[in-house]
Amino acid sequence: MEYVENIIGRKIPKEVNGRKLRPFRGIGMEPIPDRKTATKIRRRLPGEKKLLKSIEEAIIKSGLKDGMTISFHHHFRGGDKLMNMIFKQIAEMGIKNLTLAPSSIHPVHAPLVKYIEEGIITNIQCGVTGPVGDAISRGKLKGLLIVRSHGGRARAVEDGDCRIDVCFIGAPTADEFGNLNGVEGKQACGPLGYMVPDAQYADMVIAVTNNLVPFPCSNISINQNHVDYVVHIKNPIGDPAGIVSGTTRITRDPIRIKIARNCVKVIEASGLLKKGFSFQSGAGGISLAVTQFLGERMREKEIQGSFGMGGSTSALVQLLEEGLFKRILDVQAFDREAIRSLKDNSSHIEIGASQYANIHSSGAAVNVLDTVVLGATEVDIDFNVNVVTESDGRILHGIGGHQDTSEGAKLSIIAIPLLRGRNPVIVDRVTTVTTPGMNINVIVTDYGIALNPKSPYYRRLKRKKTIQYKTIKELRDIAYKLVGGPPDPIPFKDRIVAIIEHRDGTVLDVVRQAKDK
Amino acid sequence: MKIVRTAQAGTLESQDVLITVQKGKPNTGLVIELDSPSAVQYGSKIQSEIETIVMEFKIEDVHIKAIDKGALGFTIKARTEVALKRACE
Repeated sequence: MEYVENIIGRKIPKEVNGRKLRPFRGIGMEPIPDRKTATKIRRRLPGEKKLLKSIEEAIIKSGLKDGMTISFHHHFRGGDKLMNMIFKQIAEMGIKNLTLAPSSIHPVHAPLVKYIEEGIITNIQCGVTGPVGDAISRGKLKGLLIVRSHGGRARAVEDGDCRIDVCFIGAPTADEFGNLNGVEGKQACGPLGYMVPDAQYADMVIAVTNNLVPFPCSNISINQNHVDYVVHIKNPIGDPAGIVSGTTRITRDPIRIKIARNCVKVIEASGLLKKGFSFQSGAGGISLAVTQFLGERMREKEIQGSFGMGGSTSALVQLLEEGLFKRILDVQAFDREAIRSLKDNSSHIEIGASQYANIHSSGAAVNVLDTVVLGATEVDIDFNVNVVTESDGRILHGIGGHQDTSEGAKLSIIAIPLLRGRNPVIVDRVTTVTTPGMNINVIVTDYGIALNPKSPYYRRLKRKKTIQYKTIKELRDIAYKLVGGPPDPIPFKDRIVAIIEHRDGTVLDVVRQAKDK
Repeated sequence: MKIVRTAQAGTLESQDVLITVQKGKPNTGLVIELDSPSAVQYGSKIQSEIETIVMEFKIEDVHIKAIDKGALGFTIKARTEVALKRACE
């Protein structure tokens, strides 16, 4: 295999499975394609209907065949039922060799492992968590996994790197002509933002709903001119209770609370916390605490921010309702409060994945962010971040908006405990690079705060005497001392099972098959 | 020292380890059965920490089961020591 070293020192093969790879060359360095891809032209004459009664009928009408690419959204997160339901039907119909390109795969999709083993799914383009990631790490997928950020996915769909043949949209509410919204009905899941590029660029779009309303439905988030068929079924497409996952609860752990308080100190010291401030954080325990503590400081200092960006949570909604932020821009809801707020509050605005984070666009919302607080599985002394592979080398998480927001925001902060169990979080070299270190400004841990010397905020933050800093190497040394030395290298097989793309479509790193214990 | 009973120390709480010490079959020496989330990167260190303590006790045939929840070295050693003391006369 021939390799090229990318700008962050990772060896990237020139080609894998016939797929030519372009190495990551730095932010804005890769030439952009001339034009976006175009979707197939369809025609509906007056009088033609779109309403169907069964999934089977919809799959037949869609023209789905062996070797095609299909997509889904993950707005139901752990409560999604549609993807498993559709695949059960696809398996019964004997369709094989599909590329699955949803916006995310969760542990609830464990039944897909069987379809991977049977060759019904042979390629996946997606961030994966849980058993599907484990199966891919063990070499069960015949083809490749391409892992992209949310913005990277939107770019790939629109540029034509990921051509969607059939897109299935679980729609909490739909009218018979295919206007869809995610905020009404028993299955309300919030925004349908991740499916906006798919609706616009897929060759065939099928909406599946439990809640069919008279035409035209209100709160339209995906328009009828993009939707080919509407399937009205009784079986629930998703369970909104599954949206709140284990990682989306606020922490009570004093260590994590300390980390969150220190993040707020850093944001204040950066000078960004002033009128018009904008902010995004994830839905992890530390992130939620940061949102809450930031709200406290904004209240004390009487600062009104311009917008908070979602993944929206009740913590963020509270700040909107108090007037501490003027708007929420939201691509995904993480809890019921967020869904309610999107429905009722006109200052809570739904955005699509491209508007959120696509680098190949006329400007994504991440570019307007002041600060983002993110997590990590590992960070190395070059500030490269890994959020995808675990300490045993298996693929267990997606990238989400990590790459996009860290690149777009002025100040990106990684908030992490120094150790996870016995595993050091700060290491010499991350197992897999999923966000390049050049986009990370600050690392906040329970044992100290480290600044990236290459950050434009380095001097300003370093001057502040209110915060004691350590170097990233000092943090690594503390971690190694606590756990008894550097970690043993993870044994991998030679076969490449996954490619980690940068949001511009170049390759940051590859993941090899894990060796069984 | 001699093992006279099966004994345990530790818990299954996060960052702790549950050590169970049993008399081993004759001439099997030290057998360690390790279940740890850090097995790939720190398994060999955990094994050697347990070994160090067993050596101090000068016991011949012993079976140790360690269910680790991400404990650091000093915890592994302390729990092993207590389990062995409880197991011996």
